[in-house]
Amino acid sequence: MIKKRYVLNFPPESGDKPLSYHLVRDYDIRINILKAEVYPGKRGSLLLELQGKKENIEKGVQYLTDHQVICEPLDKRIHFQEEKCIDCGNCTAVCFAGALTMNRESWKLEFDKNKCVVCELCIPACPLHLFEIDFR
Amino acid sequence: MPKIKTYQEINQKLKQGKAVVLTAEEVSQMAQTVGPEEIAEKVDVVTTATFGAMCSSGAIINFGHASPPIRMEKIRLNGVPCYEGLAAVDSYIGATACDPENPSYGGAHVIQDLLEGKDVVLEAWGKGTDCYPRKYIKTKININTINEFTLFNPRNAYQNYNVAVNTTSKMIHTYMGTLLPGMRNATYSTSGELSPLLNDPDLRTIGIGTRIFLGGTQGFVVWNGTQFHTTKPKNEYGVPVTNAATIAVIGNLKEMSPEYLQAVYYEKYGVSMFVGIGIPIPILDEEMARRVSIANSQIETSVLDYGTDGTPKLGQVTYQELQSGFIKVNGKKVRTAPVSSLAKARKIAAELKKWLQNGIFEISQPVQLFPKNTSLNSLKETEAEND
Repeated sequence: MIKKRYVLNFPPESGDKPLSYHLVRDYDIRINILKAEVYPGKRGSLLLELQGKKENIEKGVQYLTDHQVICEPLDKRIHFQEEKCIDCGNCTAVCFAGALTMNRESWKLEFDKNKCVVCELCIPACPLHLFEIDFR
Repeated sequence: MPKIKTYQEINQKLKQGKAVVLTAEEVSQMAQTVGPEEIAEKVDVVTTATFGAMCSSGAIINFGHASPPIRMEKIRLNGVPCYEGLAAVDSYIGATACDPENPSYGGAHVIQDLLEGKDVVLEAWGKGTDCYPRKYIKTKININTINEFTLFNPRNAYQNYNVAVNTTSKMIHTYMGTLLPGMRNATYSTSGELSPLLNDPDLRTIGIGTRIFLGGTQGFVVWNGTQFHTTKPKNEYGVPVTNAATIAVIGNLKEMSPEYLQAVYYEKYGVSMFVGIGIPIPILDEEMARRVSIANSQIETSVLDYGTDGTPKLGQVTYQELQSGFIKVNGKKVRTAPVSSLAKARKIAAELKKWLQNGIFEISQPVQLFPKNTSLNSLKETEAEND
């Protein structure tokens, strides 16, 4: 069993299909919707946590791709210019999901992208503007 | 009573490479098992440091004279307004200055761009005089074309600072970072037991003329900082429990490194600059040894509600609690986050320690100590005369 977060971008034409239902029924994947933005007739974006057997998740992702849904691991959509980070801690103040934390020994920033819920509060909170999230 | 060490004796030992130098964190660790008397005998200098946003910072720049010359009466650097009331080609650019049309790029960014060797557009206007006939100039400058480039910060390195929370139902954006509603986070700013002015709370060794680490080079304390307040309440360890003393510092920006100066922009607040400061504290006697031994568990600070007018105090916590990740405020567990970089402060303290050990940094006795018993005036609003 693995657990991994994916960003799904739906084209306008696939907005009315019960795709997540098939993920559950056909591939035995436990899904957890963490964030959803659906604009009927335009586009939809979803942050999904998929939990299941590795091969089932791969098949599920393929199923989505076959249905014109762009499906990418969340960590590929988060861009953080780590080399410029000064470890000030401002982003950890707003990260209630616990993805951004300070290491209590080194006081360096640690970023567990798989805990991110795409609340996007870190983007303005970083005084150096080092975060970008490509969700939509 | 152990022998009292002099600045000269300590400098002699530093030159010979025989001095014992520890960081303030190392000495606090040592103090868990060793008393101040022994520390005074064994340790010569303790290094302290901080790397945080210090809004009251800026740079003095002399642009050099053009031909024909201009008396610059309005000056912009990359569009950021600079002070124009200093002779013909002198200026001061404040870290927080900005063009309101472009609030996320300010004086601190101009300073950083120059420091990184980038070209910056200088635009200036004058009325034209007999000796300065020119009325307008637009050109590019960089760190090599300007004459003096001096960091001069009127208020840095606050001795302690408040913890910020927000009890309201709306998120607020402050210089202490983004404060979530319902007191769902708390932010704090100093480096605790590593912080310079907390290790010499009575300012016995930090005064006018103290040589310091500033932005990656040697700089100096030149005066007490603005809003210098020495009569704030202190705890049983003699440390003020809120923001108190400050220092004004100066140094040659041409020798500084972008690693220890960083322009920042706080959403819906404005521009500021992170400044790296390290201060060596000579262990002259047992009293100084006792002061630098202070630990995070003994340094307290006030929790203030930044969401409510007058920022009422909600409690008092230690830096040990703050660094643990959670504090208790009015019985509620609140997650904490730093807004100044302890990792970088440690790097500065270690760098300064190396300079001292290598004999390339001399400690200096203050030429004059700061005033005692100071407090602050607030701005009273009296009726201004019309016309």
